[in-house]
Amino acid sequence: MELAEAIILSVLAASTPLLIAATGELVTERSGVLNLGVEGMMIVGAACGFGGAWLSGSIIVGAVCGIVAGTLLSLIFAMMTLGLAVNQVASGLALTILGIGLSGLIGAGFVGERITPAAHLHIPGLTDIPLVGRILFGEDAFVYLSLALVVGVWWFLYKTRAGLILRACGDNHTSAHALGYPVLRIRMYAVMFGGACAGLAGAYLPLAYTPFFIPGMTAGRGWIALALTVFASWRPGRLVIGAYLFGAVTILQLHAQGAGIGIPSQFMSSLPYLATVIVLVALSRARTGGSTAPAALGTVFVPDR
Amino acid sequence: MLDSTPGPRSDEAPLLQTVGLTKRYGTFLANEAIDIDIWPRQIHALLGENGAGKSTLVKAIYGLIQPSEGEMRWLGEKMVLSGPSEARSRGIGMVFQHFSLFDNLTVAENVALGLDGKESFKDMSARLQEVSNVYGLPLDPKREVWQLSVGERQRIEIVRALMQNPKFLILDEPTAVLTPQEADQLFVVLERLKAEGRAILYISHKLEEVKRLCDTATILRGGKKVSTCNPKFETAASLARMMVGADIKEVRASAGRQVGIPRLVVNDLNLEPDDAHGVRLEHISLELRGGEILGIAGVAGNGQDELFAALSGERPSRDPGTVVIDGIAAGHLSITRRRKLGAAFVPEERLGHGTAPRMRLSENALLTGHAASGMVQHGFVNTAAMLLTVDRATETFDVRKAKRDPEAASLSGGNLQKFIVGREILRNPAVLVVSQPTWGVDAGAAAVIRQALLDLAANGAAVLVTSQDLDELAEITDRIAVMFHGHLSEPMPTADASREKLGLLMGGSSLEPKEATHAVRA
Repeated sequence: MELAEAIILSVLAASTPLLIAATGELVTERSGVLNLGVEGMMIVGAACGFGGAWLSGSIIVGAVCGIVAGTLLSLIFAMMTLGLAVNQVASGLALTILGIGLSGLIGAGFVGERITPAAHLHIPGLTDIPLVGRILFGEDAFVYLSLALVVGVWWFLYKTRAGLILRACGDNHTSAHALGYPVLRIRMYAVMFGGACAGLAGAYLPLAYTPFFIPGMTAGRGWIALALTVFASWRPGRLVIGAYLFGAVTILQLHAQGAGIGIPSQFMSSLPYLATVIVLVALSRARTGGSTAPAALGTVFVPDR
Repeated sequence: MLDSTPGPRSDEAPLLQTVGLTKRYGTFLANEAIDIDIWPRQIHALLGENGAGKSTLVKAIYGLIQPSEGEMRWLGEKMVLSGPSEARSRGIGMVFQHFSLFDNLTVAENVALGLDGKESFKDMSARLQEVSNVYGLPLDPKREVWQLSVGERQRIEIVRALMQNPKFLILDEPTAVLTPQEADQLFVVLERLKAEGRAILYISHKLEEVKRLCDTATILRGGKKVSTCNPKFETAASLARMMVGADIKEVRASAGRQVGIPRLVVNDLNLEPDDAHGVRLEHISLELRGGEILGIAGVAGNGQDELFAALSGERPSRDPGTVVIDGIAAGHLSITRRRKLGAAFVPEERLGHGTAPRMRLSENALLTGHAASGMVQHGFVNTAAMLLTVDRATETFDVRKAKRDPEAASLSGGNLQKFIVGREILRNPAVLVVSQPTWGVDAGAAAVIRQALLDLAANGAAVLVTSQDLDELAEITDRIAVMFHGHLSEPMPTADASREKLGLLMGGSSLEPKEATHAVRA
């Protein structure tokens, strides 16, 4: 029982950065922009987040630093793909490479330092309930925040006019432009939101997951977040399920190795991607028409003036 | 001129006026000093060939682009539009030719996006029902657009525009995709809007339609206004002359065309749809003889694309006997093998299907000519032969282009279509299957292409033309069949094919009520 509780706790912790980053990417992609630079924005968010927290001694300052760093990096991407109409795939890959290099530079001075990780919630009575207490009422603030974020994004996309306009830009930018919506500006905001989320997700790692910074500590989580967006078929509700599923696979892989189960760890780490492919095939077979992905995803838009 | 048109009185200002409106792109003048007056209670036609500047003018009026010079006046006062939403708030509505709809959103969401969002989604949905009932334009607000037919999609656009209660409505080629009956229903709505005191600007290529519906016509050519007239006092030929600036060469069939042996035979062809949008072809049979042109009419999306794919070999059949080219069973053969039998194909979509847009014309000539021409020798391409094909097509079919061998995408639609048709005809095919030969092509190029098809048939080839343009089919075909929901009607001689008859078939009504009565008796 103790083991099960420990596993669930570690799954929640491992899933949270995936959920935050994927939520941001979901909004970006729903507006029609494919930003493959999630990994790069995350790692820079991790470096800046740790630096901010270490220098100020405050987890909140660290988180804000991560958010700002991710947003700034996404603005470079927005400038290239929206301002200069550069290919989004190439720009996103370049952003990841830039981010990995940049994070090494920023984080070089902080390697080997430690901070006190983000505090966990403790409500006397509730948190002490056996089995579920720690899981439901004993997490750090990021876990609750990530869930609130998904609910907020769902509400925004489906219940507000601004969300409808954002989805419209992702479905057909020509029509959105013809109706007078500022497609590029809307997409820029969406890209910035994605950057902010990726930065926060990156900062979560040194602020709450492991209380120190090492180069390359995102270890491909940005790519998993991208796969997760597809796995969730661009729907916030499915994103939560997918994030915890992908988090669970990561953790089980560690436990499987520890227990000496003979499944190669490489196979286990490829499971999220494999699952994404299977879901994509299943969805396209199940749907009778229309498109699951935002129809304008990844296409360049240049308005005529 | 104004005296002859109902509505306006000289003492009031027009609803909308453009004065010396000019739009410049670099050194190119898309619109040059255009004056146009729009009066309430009038349907005003805007005519012109492709590239005459119609869409530029309309975009400026709808606030999508800013004019370089000149001004617009709304009820006599100067108006500068910051964008479409300001145009809408003034009372200008627009129904786009290439619909500005969102396929994966619902009807209600699409309508909401065209409004300014001041009312709640619920109120808007209620009003949507009301407006669509009042004007007899039924819509289901919860359906996603990709599920709807073209006619229904246009209804969304019209209802969306009407929900703003516009004083002035712009329609860009609204009947291009409709059956004659659907078009008639639209005209009823337009007449009603006119009677309600609204002004309508009506863009169309169909001159008969304009004569029937419109009170005033402004004609553009090369970005300039050529004339304003009352189309009811003009003939279609005189309107066309003003649009083109010259008489359009009349297409004529050469006398004494011999109808020869069957060259293309289709026997009980069935084809499953390849995706959920597709149409199932059921029991299609036809026989086409040398020297004959068969037209296939029908509203887009009734199986014409599938038939083209089955004939061209893009979707071969298991049964060789379904398609017979010059006596040889070819139903199972690939595109290349069918080309070797003497068949040639011109698909509907010029860029991306008929040609690879970013490749040169010579390379595009090679793409369909590699199997049966001298362009490939021992596995190597012969650049000189490729260029020769381009030159011959250029010369024979008057393809206008900036250099000898440009990228396909750089040609205008009409010139590229002339090249594609020319490329196939130069191979001297036994059978030519051509889909929408003059779609979106200006009148001059259309005449060249139609003449080429007639000449090809006169030389003994069998030509199958799929088109939504009934006038075109009437002009060049010998027999016409109608496609509806994957079924092909019995071909009838073109002389007997009245618009009404064809329209009924296109709408799915059977011409023979006999069968129904039999069924009742039985």
